[in-house]
Order: sequence, then structure tokens, then C-alpha cells
Amino acid sequence: MSSTQIRARRERAAWQTIDSGQLLLIATAGLFVVVAIAEVAAAGLRQPNVAIIFGVLIALGELFRMVMPGNREVAPIASAGAMGYALLVGIGPEGAPPDAPLGVVPAEHSPLQVVAVTSVGMLVGSLPHILVGRSPRPDAMARRLFTVAVVALCFRPMLTLGLPWQLLLAVMGLVVVLSCFTDVLIAAMIRAEAVRARFGIALRDEIDAKMALCAATSATAMLIAVATTAMGEAALLIFTVPILVTQFAFRRYAGIRATYLQTVRALSRVTEVGGYVETGHSRRVSRLSVAMGRELGMSEEELLELEYAALMHDIGQLSLGDPIPGGATVLASPAEQRRIAELGAEVIKQTGVLDRVAHIVQLSSHPYRTGPEALGGPGEAERPAPVPPLAGRIIKVANAYDDLVGDSADRDRGAAVLERLRLDSAAEYDPTVVEALSRVVDRRPRP
Amino acid sequence: MRGLPLAAWAYVCGVVALAAAVIATSSFTGVDWTKLAVLALLFLICDSAPARLNVERARVSLSFAASLAGVVLLGAAGAALLGLSALVTGQRFFAPEKRAFNGAQFALSGFCAGTVFDLLGGDRFHPEQSRWVENVIGPFLGALVTFVLVNLLLMAGVLLLSRQAAPRELLHESGQLAVGCLGYGMVGLLIAGLWPRIGAFAAVLVLLPLFIARWAMDQAYVQQQAHAATLAALCQAVETKDFYTRGHSERVSRGSVMIAQEIGMRADRVEAIRYAGMLHDVGKLGVPTKVLQKSGSLTEEEFAAIQLHPMRGLEIVREIGFLDEALAGIMHHHEKVNGRGYPMGLAGDEIPEFARVISVADAFDSMTSTRSYRAARTVAEAVAELRRGMGDHFDPVMVEAFLRALDRDGWEPPRPVVLPDDDVVETTQQDHDDPSAPLRVAGDEARR
Repeated sequence: MSSTQIRARRERAAWQTIDSGQLLLIATAGLFVVVAIAEVAAAGLRQPNVAIIFGVLIALGELFRMVMPGNREVAPIASAGAMGYALLVGIGPEGAPPDAPLGVVPAEHSPLQVVAVTSVGMLVGSLPHILVGRSPRPDAMARRLFTVAVVALCFRPMLTLGLPWQLLLAVMGLVVVLSCFTDVLIAAMIRAEAVRARFGIALRDEIDAKMALCAATSATAMLIAVATTAMGEAALLIFTVPILVTQFAFRRYAGIRATYLQTVRALSRVTEVGGYVETGHSRRVSRLSVAMGRELGMSEEELLELEYAALMHDIGQLSLGDPIPGGATVLASPAEQRRIAELGAEVIKQTGVLDRVAHIVQLSSHPYRTGPEALGGPGEAERPAPVPPLAGRIIKVANAYDDLVGDSADRDRGAAVLERLRLDSAAEYDPTVVEALSRVVDRRPRP
Repeated sequence: MRGLPLAAWAYVCGVVALAAAVIATSSFTGVDWTKLAVLALLFLICDSAPARLNVERARVSLSFAASLAGVVLLGAAGAALLGLSALVTGQRFFAPEKRAFNGAQFALSGFCAGTVFDLLGGDRFHPEQSRWVENVIGPFLGALVTFVLVNLLLMAGVLLLSRQAAPRELLHESGQLAVGCLGYGMVGLLIAGLWPRIGAFAAVLVLLPLFIARWAMDQAYVQQQAHAATLAALCQAVETKDFYTRGHSERVSRGSVMIAQEIGMRADRVEAIRYAGMLHDVGKLGVPTKVLQKSGSLTEEEFAAIQLHPMRGLEIVREIGFLDEALAGIMHHHEKVNGRGYPMGLAGDEIPEFARVISVADAFDSMTSTRSYRAARTVAEAVAELRRGMGDHFDPVMVEAFLRALDRDGWEPPRPVVLPDDDVVETTQQDHDDPSAPLRVAGDEARR
């Protein structure tokens, strides 16, 4: 119950903070849809039963859309169906004239009809979502529509050439690859603006996150198109089986990923309930760390590790007998800070799967630059201490900031703490990280 | 496979001989050899990367799709030959008898399926004709079911005779396996239908999404393992402070799962109770250490602090989405059937099922573990105590189920606690879980 409330709040927040790029995208898509529907209304629907079957498939796919890691909304069945409709060459051998190309009845719909059918299917499929109170994500829907439009506009004019199967398949392959790139490009642009990441990094993240699903969707789209062309509409239903299996698998994967993060988030609160740290400390540090990491150009995978490490950075305190007074590790002695980090890393290593996270936590207590006096023996003085990983440096700064500011929204206090961190930087804190913190803090909405 | 019983050897030899006889007596005049070669290649590629179902040992591979496509495209004799290509599979086992059996088994399945397909009239239709799908779907389903049945029966035979599996677990597993096999087999029809038009490229289009799905399933599996490991490690971290309760969560989780399986809970609920058992005491962290370490009677406030721990636990885990039903179990695991438990004093059926399960496992593990104020009790003593509390403290159904499971699977109590020698060790003097030594609250001796 509570989780749905939280989700609803987050969605509303996403809706309210639509950026200009997204607005442009949605407006263009809207205009496109209006033109397409007007055109189809004027010229009439060609081969209506095929259009209706594909429309139903798209609507169903939209009904079963899902959210992939990184809050990406996808609807693989709808996308595959719509792209399959755009790539459709014919509608089966039944009743075909003997001299017909490929021996099938040719499909006659125009690119604009593809857009119209897709948009109507998507709207119908979204209705149940709206009825149960899930607000739609117009940017994601617009992006899906654009992808389909690219396929339709590039491929349908080719049909007049009367190519043989092999060439047709090659052209289909080219077009779907092109559409994948469009999809990833638009998604990266939206994302770069929404989370304030650099475009190059957002693009790489999108490619990493989407490539597999894109390939599966495209292959199924071609499969649908070829099968319907060769065997008629009845084949369509069986030939959506591969994408159903894929959708099921990805859904499961996304679900488990989300649960994992939820579990770590929830259990990072044991330190708060145990009275070791202030309420909300772990969560604030993780939010701050992720914002700083993004500012410093970390990729999504690194950000996930950073988030885990930030959430669990105080878990080592559980092994201490009594909580540190006030819970602020920044005020504890360096040796004690280091012990907490070591104990925490030990706990995280126990999982057997989060070794990199453990490494980050372990080094998050180390100063940015270690002077020779800080090292153990005189013999080691010549060897410079390793610089902690970026994620560790970020957590150190975020932790210090939150320990000193807490959940107070007082900007003067924040500024004073920042000044103090700046004074300590170069030895204790990494100056670039402190600057990233100052930019992140500056951007926060004023209370 | 070494040391195979004689009966199993005879069985393997029989199956291989039968397959050899079938292939030797068939005529291969109508077989399209290029098609066969391409399908065999496809078969081997798929077979070398089997998918992981959640059943241990059993793996379903996409090679089912290739075999069924062979049944449609090549006929019975061709399908038998195609099955033979399993002899040179890329899977990592090299025992020749395993390879021989696998090849023979696939050949026989393919031959039977092909025969059924032809008998039902599937070979009269051609994919380029109109209404092919509608006409061929019936015979194809017949062939598919035959293929899966023959395959599973032959496999079951060898597993039973070599005593690698008991009939009961085979029945349990084959249900899941059959679904996977039937699903993958359907894909064979897709490949066969497109073959005349676009040749082997049909296989690429059909199998690419499936291989990606397989990859996603594997990823999901890895993530799930990671999730379970992380959860266990974090629970352990919560326990480390107290030497006496180490491993308690893990064991309560195990006990709860034993009960849940015994009373026939659905698999997903068993999974949820596994986590609930693990997490049932996280809220104890909110109880001040000095209360747990206090020897002697507790004051009312201190007792109230202990009574609050299920609520604190709920506070922590509430946001973990998959735990819906488990949340109730965590919150109410100290309710008693007679209504004298905490935090809400629910009675009888008002107590959620999960809580009634966890309560039994929790008390049992607490009694069979060493505590600072007493040695561990034996399993028999703890069982007697559980029986005494039936209908009063515990739900009799759950206790009975636990005792049955205990008889069958046994229980490994924790090893005796060895405290390290230094003085800094912290031990608790109060165990809120122990029904045989209830918390002593000052001024209220009767409270249990």
C-alpha cells in the first residue's frame, strides 16, 4: 500500500518536471498523430481487418508495458507489433492473383495509417492504466511512436520496388537497426536533460540498458511481418510467442532488480532504528552521493554501486558496542572511522556478490591524500598511499556534509559546512568532489 | 555415471539398440540433406547452451525447437537422424554412454513424433498454401505432445534405474519441465512455417528473442541469488552483537520453511516466509542494548521496549515490496493463540498464518540454543515444551506440521557457543523468544 503511494508521488513529480526537450517531443508526436488520423479519416482505412488485428495487438502490448531498471518504461509487445505492421509486405497467399509478387496479397496501408493505428492502439491500451490511477508517461509513448514512424516512413516507400525476399529482409534489417538508434538517441536526450547527465554518458547508459531488448523486439517485429506476409493474419497470434517469453523474462529481471534495491534501502535503516545514526542519514547520503556521482560523470552501473555503498556505509557501526555519540562519524577519530569502514566492508563482503561495494565502503573513510605520518611504519613512508576510488571519495564528502548539516534546510548552515569542507579539501577531501557537492547543493530547490 | 546399476546399463543399451534399429530400417529417400544439415547445426548450437529452469539438474534447451521443426520439415526418418546429432553435443559431459543415450533418446522421440505427425495428416499440407497454420496446428500439437512424452519417459527411466532420483520428485519436477518443453517445442512450428520462404534466416529471427530471453532469465537468477545473499549477510550483521543469537534468523527461516512446506503452502508463499523468518527479529536492534543485557527482572518500561520490537522491525522492512504477506508475519510473530501475546493481543485465527508459523520455529530454535542463563535444551525437551504450549501459545496445526517435518528431515541445533576470552564480549541476559523462561517483569510475576 505504502509503496504504491510512493510510486504515485514519484510519477507525479516526473510529470510536473517535464523539460523543454520532452515538451517539444510530445508536441511533435501529438501533431503527427493528428495529421495521421486526419489523413486516414479522409482517405479511409485500407484493409481494415488487418489494421484492427494489429491495433488490438498494440493495445494489448501497451496494457502490459513494464518499467525496466533505471525507471525506463518499455512496451516490447506493442513496439514489436507496431513495427511489424510498418514492415508488413503482404497479408497471406489466400485469394492472391497468380502473378502477384511473392505470391501473396500485397499490404496497401500508407505510413500515416501505421502511425494512426499505432497511436489509437497505444491510447486504447493506456486507458486501463489511467482508470486505475497510473498516470501515463507521454514522453515514453511519444518516443515509441517516433520509432515506429521512422520504420514506416523508411520502409513503406520501398515496397513499390517489388524486391525479392532476400533483399526485403536486408532492407528490413537496416530499417529496424535505424529505428533502434532513433529510440536510443531520443531516450538519451530526454534522460540527459532529466537527470542532468552528460549526453555521451546518457547515450552509453541507454545503449547498455536497451540493446538486448531492442534486438529482441526488432527480431520479433521482422518475424511478425514476414510470418503475416507469408501465412496470413492467423499466423500473427502464434508468432508473438517469442516476444511474450522475452517480455516475461525481462519483467522478472526488472522485478528482482527493483526488489534488491528496496531491500538494501530498507535494511540500511537498521542503523537508524538501532540509534546509531540520525534518522534518514543513510538515505540522504545516498541521494547526495548519486547526485554528485552524476555530476562527476559516472555511468549508471557505477552509480548503482555508489548507491549501494552509500546506503550501507554505516553498517559497520552495528558491530560497535555502543553508538557513537550523536551518530556522526565525521566527529569520530580517524582510527575509529576506519574501523567502522573495515567492519562494514566485512559485512558487505559476506554477501559474496558485492565485493566492489565492499571495497568502496572500506576506502570511504580514507583521506583523499595520505601524508607520510599517517602511514604505519617509517619504511612505508616512501610508498604513496593509494587514492581511494571516486565513489569512496564521494561518500566521504557526502557523509561529512550530512553529519554536519543533518536534515536541516538552513542554507546558511549548509554554506558554512561547505566552507569547512573546502578548507579541509586537498588533504582530507577531494576538491573536485567538494565542488560537485556545492553545485548539487546550489541546485536544490529553496524551501 | 560410473558404477551404474546393471538394470540401468541394460536399459541404456536397450534404448540405444532400439534407436539403431529404427534408423537402420527407415528409408531416407525423401530426406532433404541440406535442410537436415542446417537443422542439425541449429540443434547443436541450441543444445550447447541449455536454459536454466528452476529445477535442479534438469535443463531444457531450445534444441526442442530445432527437433520439432525437423519433425515438420523432414518427416519421421529425418527427425530421427536429426536427434542423432545430440551425440556430438557441445555440453560439457564427455561420458560416451551419456552421449549415446542422449542421441538415441532424441532419435526415438523424433521418430515417434514424426510418425504421429504423418498419421494425423500433417504432411499433406505445405507452408506456402493458404490456411497452412490452421490446418497443421492439430497434427503438430499431437506430434509435440508425443515428442515431450517420449523424451520425458525415457529420461525418467534412466534416472529411476540409476537411482539418481526418487519417483516422487520426478513427478514434481516433470510438471515444470513439460511446460518448458511444450513452450519451446511450439517454436519449432514457427521455424518450419517460415523455412520455405526465408530458409535458415527464420531460425535466426525466431531464436534471437529466445536467446535474449534466456540471457535475461539468467540475469534474473543471478540477481535473485545476490539478493538472497545480501539479505542473509545483513541479517547476520544485525545479529553479530550477541554471540548467543548468531544464526538464529537463518535457523528460524529454515524452520518456517519446513512448516510451510509441510502444510502445503504455494511455492511463492514459501519463498516469502523464508525471508520473513530471516527478518523477523530485525526490530530487536531498536531495543536498547542495556535492556537485553540486564540480568534480573525488567521494569514495565523495559518490557514495553521489548514488546515494541516487532513494530520496529515492521518499520524497517515495510518498504520491501515483495514481502506483503510476510510483513504481517513479522509484526505478529509474538502473538499467542490465547490472545496474551504482543503487540496487539490477537487470538486464534486472527493471527496471520505466517505469524503462527514463525512463532513455532522461533520458540523452537530459541529453546535448542545455548543462552547465557542456561545450556541448550535437547530437541526432545523442546518438542515437549512445544506440545505443552499447543492451543495455548502455539497453533496446534503448525506444531504438528513442524513435528512431522522434524521427524522426517531432522534438525541441526547450533553448535555450543564458545565465547572469546576477552572481556568485551557482550551477552544478553534476556531472551524474549524463549517460552520456557518467560521475561521476568518486576511487580508482575504472573506475566507470561
